[in-house]
Amino acid sequence: MNTIAETTIEAHPTLPIIQMTRDFAATQEQLLRAHTDPEIYRQWVGPNSVSTTIDYWDARTGGSWRFLNIHDGQEHGFHGSFHEVNPNRIVQTFTWEGMPEGVSLETLTFQDLGDGRTRLHAQSLVDSIEGRDAWLRSGMEVGVNEGYAKLDRMLSDGAV
Amino acid sequence: MSPGDGQKGRVMTDRLSTVFAALADPTRRDIVARLATEDATVGELAAPYDVSVQAVSKHLKVLEEAGLVTRRRDAQRRPVHLETEVFDLMTKWIERYRREAEQRHRRLDTVLAALNAHDETTRTQPENGTAS
Repeated sequence: MNTIAETTIEAHPTLPIIQMTRDFAATQEQLLRAHTDPEIYRQWVGPNSVSTTIDYWDARTGGSWRFLNIHDGQEHGFHGSFHEVNPNRIVQTFTWEGMPEGVSLETLTFQDLGDGRTRLHAQSLVDSIEGRDAWLRSGMEVGVNEGYAKLDRMLSDGAV
Repeated sequence: MSPGDGQKGRVMTDRLSTVFAALADPTRRDIVARLATEDATVGELAAPYDVSVQAVSKHLKVLEEAGLVTRRRDAQRRPVHLETEVFDLMTKWIERYRREAEQRHRRLDTVLAALNAHDETTRTQPENGTAS
């Protein structure tokens, strides 16, 4: 199986879904821990310029979570529920409190590739294409990639 | 969304929605894929399909209204041209989001490497040798 060393992303053309895939040099169990242990999660959820403080965190089926990002003295809150926590799958909701009416349903799957490697599949479902596009836009960062490599890929695999 | 995005952002979002809607149809996606390699006339585009030139013209009209294609006025052929900058708008947004996710995943790599190192001290892993 090919290694997906860099995150791939696909915005479904007709459904409000974003799908991401990425391989990690870790076991399923370690990847699960990195997503459920608040002390570990806090270290990588980022972004780089931001420090994360966990407000509350109960990573069990039916539990809930909330964390704060502090950037330039401004606090941004995020919260949601853990709908399902299993060894190879987490289903949770996600809301940015700056847009409190918006909620995303996140399904994370940890696929064992053997040799201590695991593939993360992350799917986000929001309530409308418009909401999804706004979501994509809110994730914008500095730096623009020129070129049509992404378009080529989308065209060749029929996503466009 | 960050503050100050306002009007411009809304216009861009509306445009993007029109683009996504235009691409919701499989025949139109196929037309776009074919135009990505070279311009073509309506007749050429209609040839592989079991539909009339009129039906293909209708699809082209939707693509034209979304700004995805243009038709040159010159001569009889009026070849259809794919406006790739519209895809730029789409792919730039997606690419920026992807990059942010990739940065997050690289931080996760680092954290997992530390977890690996920690786990190895408490557990024997016979086939290990790739941990960085």
